[in-house]
Amino acid sequence: MSKVTSKIKFTIDGKECVGEAGQTILEAALANGVYIPSLCRYEGLKPAGSCRICTVRVGGRPMAACTQPLSEGMVVENISPELEDMRKALVEMLFVEGNHMCPTCEKSGNCELQALGYRYQMLVPRFPYQFPRREVEPTGGRLLLDQNRCIRCLRCVRSVKTKDGKSVFGPLGRGKTKTIGMDKELAAALSEKEAKEAMDRCPVGALLKKEVGFVVPIGKRKFDKTPIGSDVGRKTC
Amino acid sequence: MPTRELIKSILARHKKDAYRLIEIVTDVQSALGWVPPDAVAEIAEGLGVSRVDVEGVATFYHFFSSAPAGRYAVYLNTNFVAGMKGRAEVAAAFEKEAGCRFGETTADGRIGLHATSCIGMNDQEPSAIINGVVFTKLTKAKVKGIVAAMKAGRETARIVTAYGDGANQSALVRAMVRNNVRKAGPVILAPFKSGEAIRRAVSWTPEDVIAEVKRSNLLGRGGAGFPTGLKWDFCVQSKADCRYVVCNADEGEPGTFKDRVILTEQPHLLFEGMAVAGYAIGAKVGILYLRAEYAYLKKRLEHVLETLRKNHIIGRNAGGKKGFAFEIEIKMGAGAYVCGEESALLESAEGKRGEPRDRPPFPVTYGYLGYPTTVNNIETLCAAARIIARGAGWFKTLGTPKSAGTKLLSISGDCLRPGVYEVEFGITLNKLLEMTGGGDAQAVQVGGPSGTCVPRGQFERRIGFEDLPTGGSIIVIGPQRDMFEVVRNFLDFFVEESCGWCAPCRVGNPLLRRKLDKVIAGKGTLKDLTDLESWGRIIKVMSRCGLGQTSPNPILTTLQNFRHLYEAKIHRDKEFIPEFDLEAAVQAACRVTGQTLAEDLHE
Repeated sequence: MSKVTSKIKFTIDGKECVGEAGQTILEAALANGVYIPSLCRYEGLKPAGSCRICTVRVGGRPMAACTQPLSEGMVVENISPELEDMRKALVEMLFVEGNHMCPTCEKSGNCELQALGYRYQMLVPRFPYQFPRREVEPTGGRLLLDQNRCIRCLRCVRSVKTKDGKSVFGPLGRGKTKTIGMDKELAAALSEKEAKEAMDRCPVGALLKKEVGFVVPIGKRKFDKTPIGSDVGRKTC
Repeated sequence: MPTRELIKSILARHKKDAYRLIEIVTDVQSALGWVPPDAVAEIAEGLGVSRVDVEGVATFYHFFSSAPAGRYAVYLNTNFVAGMKGRAEVAAAFEKEAGCRFGETTADGRIGLHATSCIGMNDQEPSAIINGVVFTKLTKAKVKGIVAAMKAGRETARIVTAYGDGANQSALVRAMVRNNVRKAGPVILAPFKSGEAIRRAVSWTPEDVIAEVKRSNLLGRGGAGFPTGLKWDFCVQSKADCRYVVCNADEGEPGTFKDRVILTEQPHLLFEGMAVAGYAIGAKVGILYLRAEYAYLKKRLEHVLETLRKNHIIGRNAGGKKGFAFEIEIKMGAGAYVCGEESALLESAEGKRGEPRDRPPFPVTYGYLGYPTTVNNIETLCAAARIIARGAGWFKTLGTPKSAGTKLLSISGDCLRPGVYEVEFGITLNKLLEMTGGGDAQAVQVGGPSGTCVPRGQFERRIGFEDLPTGGSIIVIGPQRDMFEVVRNFLDFFVEESCGWCAPCRVGNPLLRRKLDKVIAGKGTLKDLTDLESWGRIIKVMSRCGLGQTSPNPILTTLQNFRHLYEAKIHRDKEFIPEFDLEAAVQAACRVTGQTLAEDLHE
């Protein structure tokens, strides 16, 4: 059966774009070579809209580009001084909420939160550091969960499941004491490959596969030479 | 009974249905006084889900605890009006008599003292819920008696000796709660003869019922004001073989209690409204999502449903219409303000953590269990029933052109006659204050913490969607009150009730509160006021649901309307004052070493 996809015209910051029905604003933007900064989104996972960094304005109304379906004639505002400052504020919030010590973190250079910090030239956050006491849980088999670095993006919650569909990770508590819980028995049963995938999906250094933290040296990591988002235009232009 | 056996029997009672996880955990909580890890493991195994999924639910709601909560678990309301009416003294009395602090349980595990958000008793504060039983108008002396009874091991329900008015005296309720109906209006609180609405509705086509509701200009009474007829219409337009009517009985906005009175005195009107909605949208099942705080009404509500079933108002051949069947089921919440948000409510009704969904898709296309669902406020459904019974034309003669009908207001705080008032839309705050005896108020909080703080100079403003929309909470703030205490209390509420899903609400609100504390402590500068405004705006714009989008309102609306109070707190001559108090931080160390802080560090 041939699938007819209807084309949808929209603009981002004045640039005329064409997307497809069923896409979100963010997916359509990427397909048109436009980078909308995002953090909790991960290709192939159901969007969660938890970090809110991809917030754009459509007809003046703020909405998360990762969850908002594209519709005909949308006029999307993406890179405006107001939105960029608010996105920077969110990155700063995530930094002060946890304990992020980049120089000693296994994920430094591969960390998307750090890369966004660089993108927004974050020096000193406008918010005071919270210095919360958080746990490091080394008991997840091949995995280690460092709550100090967790930003509650829910990527692991959304993606790491057992073969019979059980959640290995899940949110616990609520509000500022919300954490991500790990079912230790289920985590211990994950294979090498599954554990590596879980680590790779984590945007920060919260979920680590043991004993591989520094296999790729600092200086040769993903964002060490090219800033986050710089691959988007290049891929399609 | 060993945990394993207990969980087995609870799971069997709920047919091992994961969608009933909240009911399952509620049963465990009331049987054991907490939800221990081995119970979590047994439930997970029995339902075939992960432990984190069970633990996620067990740690989300106020009335579930992951440590023993006490055989008598006392939940004392924390909202601002409770504070006005002497909460501090009552709390101290509980601590003294029970012999433990709030947040603790006595060594013998008998009594646990806990704080909780508004329990819908603002007109009779201070109030508390103990093992599901409501205690109102608490005093030091009453607390002494209650604690003595708990120590003597008396059954909680039997500690209550005097009952309130109306149906609160019913053998199925027996609550000391008072209705405090101060003004009954024609739409909600007027006498209603069962059958009037549904029999009329089923004599029309469903399309005509929706058309009549549309013609009435009925707007949603939860506060958002979405046109009810349009919502029903959208739901019908979503193609599906099954649809649901859901009634939002989770009034949680601090200061609102009007739905409590409807549930007590007019449940038959409400249920008939649900049946009308069911007929209009083609639903066979309605769900009443009842907040845990109102669990004391559940038995009676079930009894009313049984009576309505016998009288063919609901059930088979509802309204006397052959072939139309409509059942109503009650689903309980477990304590979470955010579940008043319709998509969070649906998640909770499905037995999950009450976290809002992304919208679109809206509930009218993807609702309960994924089926098209209308979620309406209690008062909205009551109004719909009355509209069908008396006509849209009649309804529109009440209120204003943009806000037709009446509004039930829950008025509390510094006024002589707190209670429920059914008034026509368009009434001014001055008129309300006159009716309630709150004449010398310095401010009126309209719409609860998420609403607007209106100063004295603006009391000619009107209740209505064109000016001051409200879900029903009206708090009168007298001249003796410190406005910063009001704002601080409201912020505490939002910090406590944030579900934590999105970053701006989860992280931003505690930061906003910390900044406010700096200003209140007299360490603020003009920059701090600018920060409050700009941070509040960030949270409003970036948050995912209505909770975060309104949580900065207490600060933003008082910064606007009570600016002089903030200006008086700050140091205009200084550009910056650090929040961190170095001297205080090193005090202990200085004492030990006998040294003082170097002079040059003082600057």
